[in-house]
Amino acid sequence: MGAGSSPYLEVKELRKSFPGVLALKGVSLSLAKGEVLALIGENGAGKSTLMKILAGVQPADEGVFRVNGEEVSFRCVNDAMDKGIALIHQELNLCGNLDLAANVFLGRESARGGLIDEPTMRKEARKYLDLVGLDLPVETIAGSIPIGKQQLVEIAKALSSDARVLIMDEPTSSLSQKETETLFGVVKDLREKGISVIYISHRLGEVIELADRVTVFRDGENAGELTGDEINHQNMVKLMVGRELSEFYERKVHEPGPAVLKVDQVCTSAFPGSPLSLEVKSGEIVGIAGLVGAGRTELLQTIFGVAPAISGILEINGKALTIDSPMTAIEAGIALAPEDRKQHGLVLPMTVRENCSLSSLKRDAARGWLNEKAEEKVTDTAVESMKIKTPDNEQITRFLSGGNQQKIVLGKWLAMKPNLLMLDEPTRGIDVGAKREIYKLIEKLASEGMAILFVSSEMEEVLGMSDRAYVMHEGKIAGELSRGQLSEEAIMNLATGNLQPI
Amino acid sequence: MKKNILGIFLLLVAIFVITAIINPKFLNAYNMQNLVKWSSLYAVMSLGVAFVIITGGIDLSIGSVVGLVAVVLSICLKLEGMDPWIAIGLALGLSLAIGFLHGILITKAKVQPFVVTLCGLLVYRSAGRWLTDNQSIGPMPLQEDPGFANIEQIQGLDFLFSGKIALGSFNLPTPALFLLVLSVAAAVFLRRTIWGRYLFALGNNEEGTRYSGIDTDRMKIIAYALCSLFAGIAGILFAFELDSVQPAQTGEFYELYAIAAAVLGGCSLRGGEGTVLGVVIAAAVIRLIYNSINMVGISTHLEFGILGLVILLGVMGDEILKKAVARKQAALRS
Repeated sequence: MGAGSSPYLEVKELRKSFPGVLALKGVSLSLAKGEVLALIGENGAGKSTLMKILAGVQPADEGVFRVNGEEVSFRCVNDAMDKGIALIHQELNLCGNLDLAANVFLGRESARGGLIDEPTMRKEARKYLDLVGLDLPVETIAGSIPIGKQQLVEIAKALSSDARVLIMDEPTSSLSQKETETLFGVVKDLREKGISVIYISHRLGEVIELADRVTVFRDGENAGELTGDEINHQNMVKLMVGRELSEFYERKVHEPGPAVLKVDQVCTSAFPGSPLSLEVKSGEIVGIAGLVGAGRTELLQTIFGVAPAISGILEINGKALTIDSPMTAIEAGIALAPEDRKQHGLVLPMTVRENCSLSSLKRDAARGWLNEKAEEKVTDTAVESMKIKTPDNEQITRFLSGGNQQKIVLGKWLAMKPNLLMLDEPTRGIDVGAKREIYKLIEKLASEGMAILFVSSEMEEVLGMSDRAYVMHEGKIAGELSRGQLSEEAIMNLATGNLQPI
Repeated sequence: MKKNILGIFLLLVAIFVITAIINPKFLNAYNMQNLVKWSSLYAVMSLGVAFVIITGGIDLSIGSVVGLVAVVLSICLKLEGMDPWIAIGLALGLSLAIGFLHGILITKAKVQPFVVTLCGLLVYRSAGRWLTDNQSIGPMPLQEDPGFANIEQIQGLDFLFSGKIALGSFNLPTPALFLLVLSVAAAVFLRRTIWGRYLFALGNNEEGTRYSGIDTDRMKIIAYALCSLFAGIAGILFAFELDSVQPAQTGEFYELYAIAAAVLGGCSLRGGEGTVLGVVIAAAVIRLIYNSINMVGISTHLEFGILGLVILLGVMGDEILKKAVARKQAALRS
């Protein structure tokens, strides 16, 4: 931001809390006209919460929020749009059945006497599609074009509502390399036209390329700001994590025991043409890295019997098993803390006790009668050993923070004393403190001889936690890296399908 | 949960008191006996559908199952001269098999519950009419019927299923005893066994429950089987109660009363919620409204309208109450 120009958008000491979690503990941010500001931070740092406040999705509890020098408080998305602020969601919100013109003007259709004025609308839509460099006919059905182009339609839609500030939340997470380049071109173009962009991304390379300035959040607070030459990888990671990586992940590497899980030429139903082979030994922490959509979650789900393998052999403790449902997996001593905690990990409207005991109920029951004592014991053990912060065992899990919810999922499984614990994105949406506790716990379980297999999209997590890591690319295992070989470059190289050694 | 029941209970008491004040005849023993009897019959069906609604499903075939079971039982007893206990067993087996079939179709063939049971509604109704050539029939054999040989046993069953037990000046209809036994069993099943817990869990989040290692398909099949079994028990009770079963009419719309009672009694159609006591009280409220309309002298043409409005307001009130409780809880926690 130039010294003379006052910020177009400014927030100061913004606070926001949700039941059980203080998401923003007083954050500040400013944005000049025609500036690209990158907002970075680990999951749970409060980026998305702030963006939702800026875009009028939810109100802040306290703090100052100014647009163009005028204090504002949005009650709904339309309020934000009136002030020229538009949010491009992580998940695109186009209506796949409507054409591009209809999508661009959804809710703001040009109409005459209640009838849609198609010619005017199409002419106008053309103008905005050109602005984002999209040369498709306006009659194209939105659902039929690739996701990268849909994103451009979203941007055209925002511009058509006269947006002065675009907020882009992980815009490249599902784009190809080429689509990403196109998007960058558009963003740079918009900057020239005086439109400001808040760009949220985990991909630090993109941030280096695009951002004029970087604001870093950590744990709901400002962790620092970088401009110009300061914007480099090392500085950003340091501010995001807040400490050196080595002290965050306290790994002691142990001598692994015999193989607990052996996956031999297994094909998942999602990638029937790609046989997968891997192994996890007792006491070993094995990471699976890769880009979103590489088939990592599907692999864990196959081992857990959610989507049974269509071919190949699964061995547990040296015994080949047919695992065709989570029941058989659990009987074989396998546990999965799934990626989608709310949908698959927990029954949110039920209590801490009911969730902790759900898997062990049957084991502890005598002829089907609930064993309430065992249930209490399982819950107490979980709450104690996981340090779950809950007022009592009868708390509804919906009201707990993401970190505590994840601890309940883990507590549920530890009651089953599994041989193999699989974790899919174990710390997604969890604050830094709870994250560290979960890492410690995983480390402890491994040191006690449990085999751990985890999937993570957070590079630091894979680097910090793994004894060994597999990298997946488009359904295949692109390579295996020992702890010594693990580096961000090596992982990205394999994850992007580059099989040549670097 | 406790507040849920309190609301519906207060509604019951309110209608009861108001009706009694307007028309004291409402309180006479005969009317009370009738009210208890019909409430019990409705409540048995409502409990059955509650199992299914707790899983997030629906059963529209209840009324037709009631009708078909009543028809089949009557044929077996009257025309076939079958051993009465075997006939009862057959009737229960038939209803259980129907529910089992629903469960299989829903979980394995992945047909939506609404569709499966809607088709069931049509098929069982028509089966009953076809079996009887659409002629009314009752379980009590006449002298010329083959079943007359078992007349004493059948009279025994008649007393068991539609008799009255004198308690001082009040004659307790036996369906009330059936309801008592079934509701205690249902409450124990739902609250004290792991299967009950599984039903609530899968009603709240089926995938999450499956990921916890529970055979959710099997639990759903059990829920549909129990629902039809309860409908079958109601069918037997109705057969003896009505004496004459109309294949085209007996049980018609009963599924809607059962669903209404379950919903009014605190079950959410989204699944995962419900209490036995709430459902039983709600079934009584529905019968009570019918009775009150007669007693107070409101035109019977308004029956459905009043019933509909009471259910709508009851469920809305319940939602508002629940939201308020949730808000209060959330505020407390933060």
